[in-house]
Amino acid sequence: MKKFIAAGVVAALMSGVAPASAATQIDFWHAFTGRLGELLDEQVSKFNDSQDEYNVVATNKGNYSETLNAGIAAFRAGEQPDILQVFEVGTATMMGAKGAIKPVYEVMAESGLPFDQSAYLAAVAGYYTTTDGQMLSLPYNSSTPVLYVNKDALEAAGLDPNMDLSTWDKVGTALDALKESGNKCPLTTAWQSWVHLENLSAYHNVPFASKENGFAGVDTELSLNGDVQVKHIDTLGQWAKDGKFIYSGRRNEGGAPFRAGECALFTESSAGYAGVKKEATFDFDIRPLPYWSDVEGAPQNTIIGGASLWVMQGQTEEEYKGVAAFFNFLSSSAIQAKWHQDTGYLPITMAAYEETKASGYYDENPGTDIAIIQMTGKAPTANSKGLRLGSFDQIRGIIDEELEGVWNGSKSAQEALDSAAERGDELLRRFEQANR
Amino acid sequence: MEKRVVFDNRWLPYLLLAPQLLVTFVFFFWPAGQAIYQSAFIPDPFGLKTQFVGLGNFEYLFGNRYYRESFLTTAVFSVLVTVSAMSFALWLAVLADRVIKGSSAYRTLLIWPYAVAPAIAGVLWLFMFNPFTGIIAWMLAQLGYTWNHTLDGGQAMALVVAASAWKQISYNFLFFLAGLQAIPKSVIEAAAIDGASFWRRFRTIVFPLLSPTTFFLLVVNIIYAFFDTFGVIHTITKGGPEQSTTILVYKVFSDGFVGQDLGSSAAQSVILLGLVGILTVVQFRYIERRVHY
Repeated sequence: MKKFIAAGVVAALMSGVAPASAATQIDFWHAFTGRLGELLDEQVSKFNDSQDEYNVVATNKGNYSETLNAGIAAFRAGEQPDILQVFEVGTATMMGAKGAIKPVYEVMAESGLPFDQSAYLAAVAGYYTTTDGQMLSLPYNSSTPVLYVNKDALEAAGLDPNMDLSTWDKVGTALDALKESGNKCPLTTAWQSWVHLENLSAYHNVPFASKENGFAGVDTELSLNGDVQVKHIDTLGQWAKDGKFIYSGRRNEGGAPFRAGECALFTESSAGYAGVKKEATFDFDIRPLPYWSDVEGAPQNTIIGGASLWVMQGQTEEEYKGVAAFFNFLSSSAIQAKWHQDTGYLPITMAAYEETKASGYYDENPGTDIAIIQMTGKAPTANSKGLRLGSFDQIRGIIDEELEGVWNGSKSAQEALDSAAERGDELLRRFEQANR
Repeated sequence: MEKRVVFDNRWLPYLLLAPQLLVTFVFFFWPAGQAIYQSAFIPDPFGLKTQFVGLGNFEYLFGNRYYRESFLTTAVFSVLVTVSAMSFALWLAVLADRVIKGSSAYRTLLIWPYAVAPAIAGVLWLFMFNPFTGIIAWMLAQLGYTWNHTLDGGQAMALVVAASAWKQISYNFLFFLAGLQAIPKSVIEAAAIDGASFWRRFRTIVFPLLSPTTFFLLVVNIIYAFFDTFGVIHTITKGGPEQSTTILVYKVFSDGFVGQDLGSSAAQSVILLGLVGILTVVQFRYIERRVHY
């Protein structure tokens, strides 16, 4: 920590003393460490080198929750940064804080820089856009759930490694064969609420919550206990009982056993690709997230997870111009295409996707375009635009708790989802009261 | 003639007390007062607007079945942590007290875990018991026992109790050892000459003479279990599976810093404050009577 403070002091001194002190400093607080942090720093220094009017200073503030809390505390103390990276579940909290944030469309309009919202992938930008189409925060890192397949494990169970796994019924058949052949972990998942309830709902075009999943108002109520969701969770619960679905934890704990070759199928974020590619010693495949073929309109599109960049209130006009220039730079297709290929996150513009396609990247890395195809196959509906729910980080915690009750057999799917909806609604009412 | 030195200045005692009073006020009364004040409001996270709700936050909490249940979870957790941390520490202290060769090396090693931060302790235990990759989980599987604390509430409780108690054992050990060494050897030797066995000497002489230390540690350990253990819970179980390891202080953290619901979080702190106050009074009134100084 001390080192960071020292580095910060040095950086602050240098930016203040250096001859280029005419440059306006733009503070950017983010939640990336390790490889992602390095790639982010690379983008920032590229921007800083490309011009001499602005100097972006990127600072890591811990994980997503810690970064959000640091931003909130700083705002209360009047020391907020210009740009704050906030994970997707914090979207409603940021939106509710009208006096604390400056919408991106406003920042861009005031800067006079070209800003075409239609250039962004609708399925990505839609999550951070108002119901009347104004972009509130800039999508930064976005991913969507896909199915990872260990082809060697399928083969060992006497299955065709290229078999069709597009629907949950077909996955069920594969799981039977895997279980029969003695596989200890036929299926596991990461981020259970995100994949098996939030995305499940969007993918089958059923609401996760009323009021367009919260987009149309804070007086929203959860409807995650509908027929499609109950059927899906009930099936997974049955699979858990039979030892075909193995619960590995609330986050992405399932990644380690999958990469070690112990699990055959794994539902996880498309951003997990880099890790799997690096560690897996078996032949693997990326497939679209399976769906229930008996639900009309399925598959719709899946929704994103990840984070976006919010601009904070209370800065000078000059700084906002710098923020706009930086956002413009981040949205350029060269930067986006590189980011997409390096990290496995989705490109935020169509142009970056086309550029990646033209470069032959998808042919060399089969399966890396599945996430984009899955998200952009159909125009998003009110049910598949995204989620905008207050206290959503905590609601996910409640969903996790209730699902654990299904996996260990203490609750039926219907009971667990009813209870999750009831408890989540209580938090939504609290949020509504605080944001009245 | 008065031989004592008398300071006539009426302000001097207050002046001398001032630093301590100031520290107490700034670090204890002010935050506690703030918590009580904030518990009557529902603010938004950024502090842009706030609403007065009176006792509304308390009504909301006590109307919530899961909050009421977490009192029981906290009671079970605290009793288990306190009893296991203290009994293990006493056992180790009695053994270390009898060691003659290399005793300081043993003592130093036994004190080490106290230097480990709660979150790190949590991660260490999590690694050993990870259902997929943990070495102990693997050993248990070889013995035919399935370890999966992500789904089994009892196992999750056992794991967080073990990790929390392990950290506190060193601290207790230090005090027990000091207490044991303060017991006059002559008393114990006299009993030994009278033919009292080790166990009898421990039961009738050592344990009663150790009671001031035991009482002090009881108070400290209960406060530890109530307040300082959330790092362990946060890293190992996040309160799960279901709500089986959600203790009161973890809920304060999670509502305040995950849910950004500061009103509810403040109200919970006030409830905890009252609860620990009552517990301490009870300990001093009813348990301290049995302590021999």
